[in-house]
Amino acid sequence: MGGGRLSVGGVHELAIVESVVDAIVEKVGDGPIAAVRLEIGKLSGVVVDSIRFCFEIVANGTGLQDARLDIDEPSGRAYCRECGDEFDLDDPIMLCACGSADLDILSGEQLRIISVEVH
Amino acid sequence: MCSTCGCSGEGSGTRISLVTEHDQPHDHEHPHDADHPHDHEHEAGEAHGHGHGHAPAATVEETRTILLEQEILAKNDGLAAANRHRLQEHGITAINLMSSPGSGKTTLLESTVRAYAGVRETLVIEGDQETWLDAQRIRATGSRVVQINTGAGCHLDAQMLAGGLKELAPPDNSLVFVENVGNLVCPALFDLGETARVVIISVTEGADKPAKYPYMFRTADLVLLNKIDLLPYVDFDVELCLGLIRQLQPEARILQVSATKGDGLGEWQTWLDAL
Repeated sequence: MGGGRLSVGGVHELAIVESVVDAIVEKVGDGPIAAVRLEIGKLSGVVVDSIRFCFEIVANGTGLQDARLDIDEPSGRAYCRECGDEFDLDDPIMLCACGSADLDILSGEQLRIISVEVH
Repeated sequence: MCSTCGCSGEGSGTRISLVTEHDQPHDHEHPHDADHPHDHEHEAGEAHGHGHGHAPAATVEETRTILLEQEILAKNDGLAAANRHRLQEHGITAINLMSSPGSGKTTLLESTVRAYAGVRETLVIEGDQETWLDAQRIRATGSRVVQINTGAGCHLDAQMLAGGLKELAPPDNSLVFVENVGNLVCPALFDLGETARVVIISVTEGADKPAKYPYMFRTADLVLLNKIDLLPYVDFDVELCLGLIRQLQPEARILQVSATKGDGLGEWQTWLDAL
């Protein structure tokens, strides 16, 4: 059982990394890949160190196993619907300086695969 | 063997089982990947239009960048959208219940299933890493129940829900509760295609829990504060807790309930009926 898929667990970062590897293999095949660039926003709820740790495990035995992992971490940016202010925030408890929690998150929640470099 | 925790790879895949009266795991286990082959046709087809997937045999050390620009969770989100569409077509309301272990999810479900007996068909999908214990408790209420054991997995995903719904076969216009794996971290990121997301916190936990697990509370449509009958005996600052929830998710409804004594369960049902 387990379909040959590596099963480790306890963190959602593992499932995130599995999604990254599956998506890349699906799009560019399983040939060797030199680098992967991801975008993981600071408000995404995903821990970059865990991503790096899981990547080593999940990539092993695939075309990504020697790939360099570049991760951009865009900051959080929000618009306050109460006072109209637009400001940076990196704290998941989101409050405007005016005290309002009624915010539109403009940036920081990204979880994206940007590109890969192939040989 | 898994290189992180040393668990055996054997048997750690997802297993989906209809729980029968006799509580016996009938041999019907679905490793996550085997029963639902990863079907990649569309996306791959589209992608190759751009990407020229197969690099020519490299003679120099140069690399070529292929832009992908896609959401990491695109596949889960696509499957979730398909689940949502299918549920809507059949008038089925699906509730994703999330909480820490021990917040009273299963007790709440027992009370809720009993309250709907003879009114609306209510079915349950139980997600746990291991065991059928919760499913057996629900089964005892007379509800149809499917157990998803995630093995090492710490959350349900849209593909597991699709498998669970296939096994459960809920009738049109029914109410399906999906009890996610007890964990306030991982289920936050995974859309299942549910109608609404409900987070349960109980007064025997810390009142500052919403601040510790903000991502989970930010996704909630409704937060249930459970075990309020125990408030006289515990040191729980209700206003602090509710204030934190309102800061994190101003749009969430908050209801105070006791699943064992019945307080607030009428309002809970009213909220469910309005979905």
